[in-house]
Amino acid sequence: MLRLPPFRYYAPRSLEEALRILSDHGSRARIVAGGTDLYPKMKRRQIEPAVLVSVRHIPELTRLAWTGREGVTLGAGLTLAHVLAQSEVVLAYPALARAFAMVAHPPIRSMGTVGGNLCVDTRCTYYDQTFFWREAIGFCLKKDGTTCPVAPGGTRCWAVSSSDGAPVMIALGARLRLIGPRGERTIAAEEFYRDDGIWYLDKEPEEILVEVLLPPREDWRSTYWKLRRRGSIDFPVLGVAVALRVESGWCREARIVLGAVGSCPKRIREAEALLQGNRLEPDVIAAVAHVVARSVRPLNNTDFLHLYRKKMASVFTQRALRELAGAPLMGDVSAC
Amino acid sequence: MRDLNVIGKPWPKVDALSKCTGETRYADDLHLPRMLYAKILRSPHAHARIRRIDVSRARAVPGVHAVLTGRDLPTRFGILPVSQDEEALCVEKVRFVGDPVAAVAAVDEWTAEEALRLIEVEYEPLPALLTMEQALAESSVRIHEYGDGPNMHKLVSLEFGDVAEGFAQADYVREDIFFYAGSTHLPLEQHAAVAHYGPDGRLTLWSSTQTPHYVHRALAKVLGLPPHRIRVIATPVGGGFGGKSDPFSHEIVVAKLAMLTGRPVKITLTREEVFYVHRGRHPVLMWIKTGVRRDGTITAMHVRSFLDGGAYGSYGVATTYYTGALQTVTYKIPRYKFEGVRVFTNKPPCGPKRGHGTPQPRFALEVHLDKIAEDLGLDPVEMRRRQIVEAPSLTVNWLRISSCGLRACIDRVVEASGFREKFRRLPFGRGVGFACSAYLSGAGLPIYWNDMPHSGVQIKIDREGGVTVFCGSADIGQGSDSILAYIVAEILGILPEDVRVVTADTDLTPVDLGSYSSRVTVMAGNAAVEAAERLRHLLFRAAAERLDVPEDQLLARGRRIFDRADPDRGLDFAEAAQLAEARFGTLGAVGSYTPPKPLGRYKGAGVGPSPSYSYSACVAQVSVDPETGFVRVEKIWIAHDIGRAINPRLVEGQIHGSVYMGLGEALMEEQTFRSRLGVHTAPSMLDYKSPTTWEMPEVECFLIETDDPHGPFGAKEAGQGPLLPIPPAIANAVYDAVGVRIDELPITPEKVLKGLEDKARGGSGRIGPTSIPSLAWPEPIRVEPPPEWRSLGDLT
Repeated sequence: MLRLPPFRYYAPRSLEEALRILSDHGSRARIVAGGTDLYPKMKRRQIEPAVLVSVRHIPELTRLAWTGREGVTLGAGLTLAHVLAQSEVVLAYPALARAFAMVAHPPIRSMGTVGGNLCVDTRCTYYDQTFFWREAIGFCLKKDGTTCPVAPGGTRCWAVSSSDGAPVMIALGARLRLIGPRGERTIAAEEFYRDDGIWYLDKEPEEILVEVLLPPREDWRSTYWKLRRRGSIDFPVLGVAVALRVESGWCREARIVLGAVGSCPKRIREAEALLQGNRLEPDVIAAVAHVVARSVRPLNNTDFLHLYRKKMASVFTQRALRELAGAPLMGDVSAC
Repeated sequence: MRDLNVIGKPWPKVDALSKCTGETRYADDLHLPRMLYAKILRSPHAHARIRRIDVSRARAVPGVHAVLTGRDLPTRFGILPVSQDEEALCVEKVRFVGDPVAAVAAVDEWTAEEALRLIEVEYEPLPALLTMEQALAESSVRIHEYGDGPNMHKLVSLEFGDVAEGFAQADYVREDIFFYAGSTHLPLEQHAAVAHYGPDGRLTLWSSTQTPHYVHRALAKVLGLPPHRIRVIATPVGGGFGGKSDPFSHEIVVAKLAMLTGRPVKITLTREEVFYVHRGRHPVLMWIKTGVRRDGTITAMHVRSFLDGGAYGSYGVATTYYTGALQTVTYKIPRYKFEGVRVFTNKPPCGPKRGHGTPQPRFALEVHLDKIAEDLGLDPVEMRRRQIVEAPSLTVNWLRISSCGLRACIDRVVEASGFREKFRRLPFGRGVGFACSAYLSGAGLPIYWNDMPHSGVQIKIDREGGVTVFCGSADIGQGSDSILAYIVAEILGILPEDVRVVTADTDLTPVDLGSYSSRVTVMAGNAAVEAAERLRHLLFRAAAERLDVPEDQLLARGRRIFDRADPDRGLDFAEAAQLAEARFGTLGAVGSYTPPKPLGRYKGAGVGPSPSYSYSACVAQVSVDPETGFVRVEKIWIAHDIGRAINPRLVEGQIHGSVYMGLGEALMEEQTFRSRLGVHTAPSMLDYKSPTTWEMPEVECFLIETDDPHGPFGAKEAGQGPLLPIPPAIANAVYDAVGVRIDELPITPEKVLKGLEDKARGGSGRIGPTSIPSLAWPEPIRVEPPPEWRSLGDLT
């Protein structure tokens, strides 16, 4: 079998200790929580850290605070399965519940964490391969190489943001609290992601994502639609997260965020503007879906042809909006 | 019907408890003292000459005990005597990305991996031939020096009767072209092997193999050891499906490493390596032409198949014939022509996967017939049902049909599914499809020519009445060990739990050719019947004397032997065994089985014959999402003519497994390669898309029993046949649901959507290949059909 390379493993009991270890080792260290993505990648030598710092035993990361008025605080170290077992969270944030419930499969949801999902490495058919494979095809920009086989002329990496949670957090207006050697900061989820397959997070290696702050539900409705070939296991190759504030049929506020069609989740503000102040009528929905599909440019580096994914961006946006409008649905959200 | 005690009942498998509790020891679970670990260096090039290999730096790594290259094992091998084209480690040339080049034995896998990285190989890249069209066109580049033409491994042309005469009698002739993508077996257990070479000069190899006998022969050949000094033990196999039925490079490599180092050596392939070792489903491009009367009666059929074989021969010659041989065993085809070619390409070698060369032409045939029925306004079920083969009979290509339950299979699934009420009547987006199939119960000929039995069984009875059965067959999870226990228990009147089964050990067990071609229940089963009956005869003779009852009045049942007229008059089984041992000496018996000789007298007649053929009929119900193109199979109704179910639960298990595998091939599984470099696109279980339990539909099974005269207790095969009707039934159902013909598997959402868009623009909505390569087919071998087919008088 493929073997893990040797590494040093720390299991600090406090944030301070974790931060100290991370500062000591700098970029040679990686944070690990559930390890469901990191360990396989280490076996394939995609990521080769000398030091792993586990955040599983840090109390601040497993906090789950619920106040209906101020919203919810989810510790980054909570497992997805744990969050899915909290009925208040599930009921208040349907998009979040749906996204987490569609991550991988049950054993991975039992190990994988909120923070791990939000920080999950970008993916690409040229990158998510063994060392042997990457050597045979020629190493890529993201690891060991100097060119990107997806867009050989360019200078950037086009690996795909593959988190189900990320677009949903942006749509829900979540904020993220990070602590690093220079103190702590709280940023909007949208600011956490960068449009670059390699440097896809606005996060220093020494910084730890501690928790996610979800605003109160109020009268927001939300949903998430995911495209993948199989009803389980697969990463998204398109995710549509929508949150709307609707008052007696009129859309007051809208957030539409697309996942897995670029290196970061993409908020489609032009589409949001079309919705705001409008009713969720079929023609409005069709226009919004058209704008969404026009705004995304997936490349051919995931499962499914990129043109198909672009087409599905329109179909899935329509379905998400029809669902939130309470209109009759076509298709099966959980199977796609 | 006979009154049976064990046969026909859902007994637990003999290995069920050890499998469920994790006690089963697979090859990778074996740990011997002082054991070393082997790793294999593989080619990163699809086609290249090896200029130079320098292993000195690898040898110098502390903890490395031996390094091998092709020069250490130059003798070629291969599963078929006509295609001895593999090297344990490539000597002069590599032929696909993943071809083995060098091997290391070290104290652990880390050290072995480190040493691999220090092996320097200088390659001279050669043009890579990655498609059949390329390989056929570029005759100046040769992947192998042998074959029936440039890069043509095998070229076949057979004509049974005069097809022109048959087509002339047709009212309607239709031609179609289909493509069936290649796919891999994806067993959960990766291949693993452990070798031990003792100070006595004897070699033992434990391996997850379906064919220990053939591995034994290959080891003897390549290692140059006398066969009696080699012992091959097939460990319990965690999924084979045909992927573990060749002798493999890694088996020979660990054996050689054990001989060199004097220490046990183990190898477990990585998942990625399993994709390279492959031997999976051949991608096949097919052209089919059929002539029919107005009522759908077939007058002639002509099939051409193009098999993309990959880099080596493997079972490919047989596969090529199989794409043509079994078209004739479902419906009466009075005139038949088959032309097939297997092409070498620089990709992992294809071989036998569940159904071996027959699911592809079956898909083509059953969709083609559906189209013909529609063209003629006929009911697709009735059109097929009217022309089912008779039993007993001979097909036009000289295959002997001994029993056929296809009509009953059709009736059961059509009735249970409500097919007639649903077909062409469900709302847009939902549909039903129908297909039939047949498969062989064991190949009629062995892989190497000989007159000896295909299966041998030995039984001993100890003084306490314990029974041990010895057989060379390998249980690959299908339950063949259990079948031996049930059969012997039935005949001796004991229970399966009283029987110990020792299998797949070339030192201890008589030869059985292996778990391939769905042969074990019929062949090892018949051998077990013969051995058990011989032993029962000794027990009955001894018991008859003691009880003073005529032998033919005795019955063995419930661990007793007794007078059937007066059941109180009897002996315990153990008591009878003691009497018999006192009377006849140590108790033991052997049995063996040789299938009936093939009847055809033409080159190629050896592929296709079988003691019996199983039959299946299937209805699939699907829903198709017209906006996304996603196909969901809602339910499968499948009836299978099993002859006799020795254990109905095991048969149903095989059917469910076949449905699952057929579903994957129909909807998503596909081996694809990076175009220029020939690197497998997705050699991992995450990225190679095989269905999950989520995609698995409800399956309703019906077992049809026809009591085949050649089977043990009338049994036929179950392991492979039920896969065959699944892909065409699904394809026909998709057409019924949304009106697009996807003549190219897998039926992906992209293709369905493309078909719907084409239709919306006024096109036919058909997606699939539109041409076949032009090839100068050789003059066919013309074969006179059996007497009953000589005249076409009954058609006119």
